[in-house]
Amino acid sequence: MPVDTARRVTKMGMDDESTSATQRLLSTLTAAEESETTGQDPTVAFDGLRVTRDADDEFTLTIDAADIAQSSLNAGALESLLAGDELESVAAYVTNWHYWQETVGGEGTARRAFLRWCEHASLSVSAGTQGGNGDERGAEQGQKQDRTLSVPDRYAALQDGIDREWGQLCITARFADVDHSDGERVYDLWHVADAGTDIADLTVYDDPGEAREIATYDEDGRYRPLKTAPTLETGWAFTGLSGEELVDAVGFFYPATIANWHREREGNLDIDHWTETADRQSGIYEVVSELPREAVDWMAEACCVDSQCLRRREWEYEDGDELDANGGDGPFPCREPCSLVVAAARKWAIAESESERTYELELTPTERNQLEELIDAVADDRTDEIREADVNDGANRYRARYLRAKRFSDEGGLAMREQSETESEAESN
Amino acid sequence: MDMQALVIAAHGSHLNPDASTPTYAHADTIRETGAFDEVREAFWKEEPHFREVIRTLESDEVFVVPLFISEGYFTEQVIPRELRLGGWEPDKWESDGTSASQVTLEAEDVGKTIHYCGPVGTHDAMTDVIVQRAESVTDDPDVGEGFGLAVVGHGTERNENSAKAIEYHTERIRKRDRFDEVKAVFMDEEPEVDDVTEFFESDDIVVVPLFIADGYHTQEDIPEDMGLTEDYRLGWDVPAEVDGHRIWYAGAVGTEGLMADVLLERAADAGAELGDAIDRVRQITSPANGADGDASRHSQAGD
Ligand code: SF4
Repeated sequence: MPVDTARRVTKMGMDDESTSATQRLLSTLTAAEESETTGQDPTVAFDGLRVTRDADDEFTLTIDAADIAQSSLNAGALESLLAGDELESVAAYVTNWHYWQETVGGEGTARRAFLRWCEHASLSVSAGTQGGNGDERGAEQGQKQDRTLSVPDRYAALQDGIDREWGQLCITARFADVDHSDGERVYDLWHVADAGTDIADLTVYDDPGEAREIATYDEDGRYRPLKTAPTLETGWAFTGLSGEELVDAVGFFYPATIANWHREREGNLDIDHWTETADRQSGIYEVVSELPREAVDWMAEACCVDSQCLRRREWEYEDGDELDANGGDGPFPCREPCSLVVAAARKWAIAESESERTYELELTPTERNQLEELIDAVADDRTDEIREADVNDGANRYRARYLRAKRFSDEGGLAMREQSETESEAESN
Repeated sequence: MDMQALVIAAHGSHLNPDASTPTYAHADTIRETGAFDEVREAFWKEEPHFREVIRTLESDEVFVVPLFISEGYFTEQVIPRELRLGGWEPDKWESDGTSASQVTLEAEDVGKTIHYCGPVGTHDAMTDVIVQRAESVTDDPDVGEGFGLAVVGHGTERNENSAKAIEYHTERIRKRDRFDEVKAVFMDEEPEVDDVTEFFESDDIVVVPLFIADGYHTQEDIPEDMGLTEDYRLGWDVPAEVDGHRIWYAGAVGTEGLMADVLLERAADAGAELGDAIDRVRQITSPANGADGDASRHSQAGD
């Protein structure tokens, strides 16, 4: 029967695959030389699996978490054990080894750490480490301790897919072939807001380079100069990406976030606080170092909170002098003021060099409230939502036009008087 | 051999999304050749920022090529400082203003070897790009006879090397004896681009701005100043009739596909192993092979 034939073929395919992972592990083990420095026997130790070649044809296999400890195995016995012929759970450890050590590789790289994070694998992979706690050093602040899963738990979860959030990105890690897991993972990527959307309603991409275009404009077609602004457009999905492609795509959406996240986890994130960044500037930006201390607080509140930027601000005014504004609690850190903030700081530095004056103008209480509502509406990016006829909203267009008609002088601008300094001094005396 | 990476260091913009379009296009062309294990765009005003690009690479050998027209503030101060190139000083390039090739330094935050190259704009291969730009805009692979060529630059106001780069290529093209006349004109000094028709006898003049990306200068200022159009928003014809001359306005040379070749040449000069990538890029970007020459969309002729 055709169905059976098909099934048998894939079954054989699976066998081939796991045989190949098994064979690769065996050849790695037999090719390895005894360590000259430590005198240790050749060992493959990974994610809880440990296989040692004690002598030419004598091996030991241990998987603590599965209560497996078998020694004095000859090559044939080991091979059949690794292929899962006796204990199915062993095969998972072997294909897992194959995926991470041979497909992904890149020991110590941010790419590898990120892909491990995607499926809740522990960061450290030394022998015998099971799921376990404490081998993920989170940043002291803002980063939640990550729960890690053992190989069997991950293998169960990868059947359906493991979801993780990275800013506005949702990443699903899953097996490339669900029915017959050979351990190969693929990754899907879409907007968190599209989690419940049918894939058929999304535009599907497979080239990571397309992420660049998606990340360039917001939902209203406006340019997004800050890639980590929470204004990523919805309606798209990348499916079946390899690990490398996933990392590339995330790099196009949120450049350098993986690298800095990784450095933070490794405990070597090099933070440049405001004063360091400001002092480094030259040319037209040299002036930013004149920004007053309290203005830096206002600036961080204006630009860096989660409603404006999903990077978690780790830079402060200077070492030991923290800013008031909330840095946010996303997974990836911001290690120094970005170019957008530096450019805005120039504007504020120049503006803050002006001295304050006192102005006198006539407003009704409603009009004064309305000014506040107008500022709020712009600051909260709400102007688009205000309905044409909603005259109860102070930032309604008709309300604003009315206020302008009434209160602006013929030359434009609010009609008001500036109190001369001597007058105000006289008044205060 | 060690993994090698190419970083294209460009200005970018907070306001104009098209500023980085050529950078991406050239990067994609180079990716297609597979000559580098990693190819990364980096920007002053976009992301990844110069500051954070090197740490995104796994390669130990990194070639950084500034996508800038001339040696000056950005190539001598901003980029080396932001990349944390230890021991950098402009003298290391031993340049006369247009001759910087490369210097090998270390990026101090990551301990990688950085081959910091001179800007694309002063490389000899840039001369070919200007000529190819003239071919693209006239749609004539043999353009030259009966034509004048004007190369437009900023002028010395901001940076004296910028005028040097323009003069350098102008002189090289003139020596090839291909165009009837070749002249350098400037935006903020004599001879001014506004009066371009006064400097040429040829009826047909190709005008190529030596700019990296299209933007305010190349898409608004220059077309209006030359009298191609009353209002840049209305677009202009190519060629456009001005004072009895036909002006073939090419827009920024940096959008020409062949720019990818200059990036590769810079890296090759600095020791990158590229195999046949340079030949392949020349092929990919050759108008004769169906490439439309233009590496990016840019508003032109009323679109
Ligand atoms: S400086 Fe502020 S706005 Fe810029 S990336 Fe960092 S957190 Fe975001």
